[in-house]
Amino acid sequence: MKKTMYEKIWDSHLVAEAAGQAPLIYVDRHLMHEVTSPQAFEGLRLSGRKVRNPHSILATMDHCVPTKNRNLPIADPIAKKQIEVMAENCRENGLNLYDMQSPNNGVIHVVVPEHGFVHPGMVVVCGDSHTATHGAFGALAFGIGTSEVEHVMATQTLPQKKSKTMLVRIDGELNKFSSAKDIALAIIGKIGTAGGTGYVIEYAGDAIKALSMEGRMTLCNMAIEAGARAGLIAPDEKTYAFLQGKEFAPKGAAWDQALAYWQSLPSDADASYDATVVLNAADIAPQVSWGTSPEQVSGVNDVVPAPESFSDEGKRKACESALAYMGLTPNTKITDIPVDYVFIGSCTNGRIEDFRIAAEVAKGTKVAAGVTAIAVPGSYQVKQQAEAEGLDKIFIDAGWEWRDPGCSMCLAMNGDELSKGQRCASTSNRNFEGRQGKGGRTHLVSPAMAAAAAAAGHFVDIRTL
Amino acid sequence: MQPYTKHESIAAAMNRSNVDTDQIIPKQFLKKVERSGFGIHLFHDWRYNDDGSDNAEFELNKPTFKGAKILVVGDNFGCGSSREHAPWAIADYGFNTIISTSYADIFFNNCFKNGILPIKVEKNVLDALMAEINANEGIRFGVDLENQQVTTPAGNNFSFDIDPFRKGNLLSGLDDIGLTLQHVDQIDAYEQRHKQNFPWLWA
Ligand code: SF4
Repeated sequence: MKKTMYEKIWDSHLVAEAAGQAPLIYVDRHLMHEVTSPQAFEGLRLSGRKVRNPHSILATMDHCVPTKNRNLPIADPIAKKQIEVMAENCRENGLNLYDMQSPNNGVIHVVVPEHGFVHPGMVVVCGDSHTATHGAFGALAFGIGTSEVEHVMATQTLPQKKSKTMLVRIDGELNKFSSAKDIALAIIGKIGTAGGTGYVIEYAGDAIKALSMEGRMTLCNMAIEAGARAGLIAPDEKTYAFLQGKEFAPKGAAWDQALAYWQSLPSDADASYDATVVLNAADIAPQVSWGTSPEQVSGVNDVVPAPESFSDEGKRKACESALAYMGLTPNTKITDIPVDYVFIGSCTNGRIEDFRIAAEVAKGTKVAAGVTAIAVPGSYQVKQQAEAEGLDKIFIDAGWEWRDPGCSMCLAMNGDELSKGQRCASTSNRNFEGRQGKGGRTHLVSPAMAAAAAAAGHFVDIRTL
Repeated sequence: MQPYTKHESIAAAMNRSNVDTDQIIPKQFLKKVERSGFGIHLFHDWRYNDDGSDNAEFELNKPTFKGAKILVVGDNFGCGSSREHAPWAIADYGFNTIISTSYADIFFNNCFKNGILPIKVEKNVLDALMAEINANEGIRFGVDLENQQVTTPAGNNFSFDIDPFRKGNLLSGLDDIGLTLQHVDQIDAYEQRHKQNFPWLWA
């Protein structure tokens, strides 16, 4: 039988299938951060269980770490406690932790690929929904809850329900001003935030093949915003080139053995999917979200829609309340929306390529009066690389703040946040009410669009620059 | 999870209805990074005076109820938010059995995940048990899960219903992890194959 990549990975990870119980699948890699793990460790301790495979775990601190004055003690006592507990749990269980002072520190989904910790064909979990990022490598990667974190630590397995498969094919060539972020937003705009529910999405097509590994990570990262369990992209030469030589990548003869296996993973020709969605890359304009859900998104040359334009009752209501929260009126041109804040960073767009593209746009500009712009590298490695290329200078000269790595304003847990009513052009992944601070208003965009908005003080169609 | 074994323990009576999870464990204690240690915060606002001393008026502070494992309590116990911290606190305090006429759904489910047996009884039975405890504080009830029986010194004995699957899990002490570990041989075997197929992951 012809198999999709998802089915191949599923079948090769099936441990047990007992009657009346969910199938048990094996977990190759377990990623961790400080917020969703403490009770799981505690659970292990209470039940007298041990971490089954400590070497399968890589941990970092990212959600509540400060992005400046890293040498000072963390001011928030709860955040401080979480950081300390994480360090203690990792020490006690012999886990590899990139703590706040480590040169390898950064956002978990940025750090893990930097070290080649995830390979094609793996099953990867983390107590974090954006684990989907690692689907860019052809790994089945998804987020889990705290009780499941404990379950995986104790058993190296998870009871799982098999997902349906959805092929999202992006044909043709992307215009040079649009990016993986715009593809991600356009897909969600088309299928909705529940469009992928129950599915694992496989992204394919010429436009996907043309993406860099960074771009593929951005795209898979947001599979979760489309409601999918995970996103997957078939490994190819770019994948192998990215992995080769990395710390946890196989070496020597093992590399050849691994490579042969990886090459067997892509979906068989004519494998069938439960659903197929096709988009034409040439149609994808730079996107800007105008609402409080990632599906409430338009091309930059569009206008803010009117609630009446939605025939679906629920969508009409959602539009109405989103516009009220966002302080927007229907038919306002997207390019007329002013911004107070610009954030470039997160596990969606905090990689080196993102800062290169943004710097190109920011070069020689000045941040508009009244606008605060912060650039937060996804990791110290990204930061270092950017500095080696002089990108930090470009941002600083343009009036940006150049920070230390962390989740920062993606979820505003570390003190970096909007105040009530402030409007932000953000390269993160969620524009939910209050996500970037109580009463804060988030517009999701690509790094290039964010950099252009910082200079202009409002959104701009970068195709006209 | 500890297996639930047949026991005879002090039964404490709390004649209050609609005790919600906010009372069981107030929200200021949810930011902890542990799952254990919630026992000292159980019923915090009732249990302690403003200065932090024990409130002598509160039922569970009575010396006669010290060490109780069985909580006999009024209708609709555990209503309100879904926080699993509530059963964590109850179990950590030392209770493993609750007897009431009714429970909030989520709380009821959460009890089984934490080794707590929530027993449902008719109103007249509950009243009789409360009266028996009040007449003679510190008495011990016997709970036999295997035979689904509760016995009391005054003979207010009764049998109770329980879902057989949950009963099995409580008796064996199996939680979801425990259930999975029943397949540990298959996990071991899988891992052996894994090491052969993907040796570079084990180097
Ligand atoms: S950057 Fe944002 S989405 Fe990514 S792990 Fe951090 S909080 Fe989650």
